[in-house]
Amino acid sequence: MSTTQKSGITPGSVLLYGSLFVLALFFLMPAYMAIVTALKDPANISLPTAWELPEKFNWQSFPHAFELLKSNIASSLILTVCATALSTVLGSLNGYVFSKWKFKGSELVFTLFLFGMFIPYQVILIPLFQTLRAMNLYGGLPGLILAHVVYGLPITSLIFRNFYSQIPTALVESARLDGAGFFSIYTKIVFPLSIPGFVVTSLWQVTQIWNEFLWGICLTRHEDNPITVGLAQLAGGQAVSWNLPMAGSIMAALPVLMIYIFLGRYFIRGLLAGSVKE
Amino acid sequence: MREASRDRLKAFLTLLPSIILIAVFVYGFIGNTIWISMTDWGGSGALAFDPQKNFIGLDNYVDLFNGFLSAGFRQDLVNAVYYSLMLLAGAIGLGMFIAILLDQKPKGEDVLRTIFLYPMSLSFIVSGTIWRWLLAPQGGVNVLPTYFGFDALDFQWTSSTKAILEFNWQNILQILIYIAAFILILVGLFLLKGDPQKAVKRWLGPGVVVGAFAWLGGSLLPQALFMEEMHGFNLATLGIIIATVWQYAGYTMALYLAGFNGISQDLRDAAMLDGASSTNYYRYVAIPMLKPITISAVIILSHISLKMFDIIFAMTGPDNAQTGHPALNMYMTTFRANDFARGAAIAIVLFLVAGTFIVPYVISQYKQRRKG
Repeated sequence: MSTTQKSGITPGSVLLYGSLFVLALFFLMPAYMAIVTALKDPANISLPTAWELPEKFNWQSFPHAFELLKSNIASSLILTVCATALSTVLGSLNGYVFSKWKFKGSELVFTLFLFGMFIPYQVILIPLFQTLRAMNLYGGLPGLILAHVVYGLPITSLIFRNFYSQIPTALVESARLDGAGFFSIYTKIVFPLSIPGFVVTSLWQVTQIWNEFLWGICLTRHEDNPITVGLAQLAGGQAVSWNLPMAGSIMAALPVLMIYIFLGRYFIRGLLAGSVKE
Repeated sequence: MREASRDRLKAFLTLLPSIILIAVFVYGFIGNTIWISMTDWGGSGALAFDPQKNFIGLDNYVDLFNGFLSAGFRQDLVNAVYYSLMLLAGAIGLGMFIAILLDQKPKGEDVLRTIFLYPMSLSFIVSGTIWRWLLAPQGGVNVLPTYFGFDALDFQWTSSTKAILEFNWQNILQILIYIAAFILILVGLFLLKGDPQKAVKRWLGPGVVVGAFAWLGGSLLPQALFMEEMHGFNLATLGIIIATVWQYAGYTMALYLAGFNGISQDLRDAAMLDGASSTNYYRYVAIPMLKPITISAVIILSHISLKMFDIIFAMTGPDNAQTGHPALNMYMTTFRANDFARGAAIAIVLFLVAGTFIVPYVISQYKQRRKG
């Protein structure tokens, strides 16, 4: 409470900091375990001593895991960059229409878009699989990119629509009176104002696409598997010692974790945009 | 004027490709899955480019709910219900608690917020892999107590075969009616203060009648199965629930924290001047004000728990019977057993359950937008 005095140790503040400390330990526990295990020599990993620090750091797990996951990381990079770029640009145009060029029934169309955000993707998986096969896109990255672009449209359109509704309509109206048309208003007024919108949306999409697993495993062949599928296979093998899956997990987590730590403000805006109404 | 209408046309044409994509990939595909679920597409020729499909009506659904060999699916469905309830309770409870703690503006708030929210940025596969190691039977969490001088735990986190709260699937109709009666009575009691007449007439009365009917006439109800089949809350799912709560508590925390920050300081000071304690401020002022946020959190979290696939896959593999989920069952049935029609039926069941949350939510947002 802002009204409580800053000085002095009260039972309340002990309780507050105590609870926060315990909770922080609980939240950091998996990260600690992953790092400690990844830095151990495979021969020294045993269940009873899992929590203890390694006697000497073994950095070899990282190059080794990278070697195993190299092609998955490359796939995920291509996938994430292409799908994010396409879905963000389309989302921006859609958001522009939904907020500044409303037509009869545009709210209904928008609602029908939003619904696509909430469906369990299992319900479209079989036709998606069939369609990609018929289009000769099954198994490779282009098909996966298409899926991510299409099913990313609802959330990107939503974020941009909410973002553009903050741009005063008067600004658009006066540009129209000056003779600017649909596209020149977009390129000259709306687009330059929407850089933060692009940051929020593309960070959100990067996180989602990088972390996605279901389509990765159902729609790509082995050589084009994204990082999540590669990691699941690495960790699922019984013979593998635990330092490799842990090193792999850290590598798979690192790009999004960096985004989150350094650009957390934008990340949280995307998070809130997906759930709280405008 | 002509210029303006040409611009309108341009606007519509810009949107059109997306409309077509959504129409086909969302609505067309859902329709297609409904159709597939009513066929017998499966077996050896299933992967042919033009597989033979015969219309068999609702047979796949009937089989899922009372077929002899579908006990696994039914347990998965029961698991999914428990996953959802526990995730909702856990993530909302813990998230709200942390948000209230951080709302006291402790020192290091920024760092703490980052710590509580970072799991949210991880892929389920990453967190599932790490939690699998943490919940290994002879290590991880189970040996933690030894560092404090206690005995190690020996709980089989993801492979325990124990179940609690078991019920007989034969009585599923009766149980569902009981649940309906319970909800009616609960809502009735909740509304009793505000509008007693309506509460009794609309909710309490029907609730009691329906409950009494299920109690007295239970034996008259048709049994869903010809033999006894027990389902319950599998304790093996606890580990997965803990991992999911760990991942999503920060999310609800962020939602509530944003909400708390949005409440004006004046209102807060006024509540304090009226002698409200901190507890009462949250209980009677802040949390009721954030009801829309709670609703959003419930919708998003139940949506997540209904498509929970990745984390179970990473923690136990796709075919661990104890921790199954319809989303995994759908994957195994469709892509491992090539039984596309049955997989489609499972997907539609998931979709219908999700729809009961999502459709009212999306419609209410639509109405709000039209008003606002």
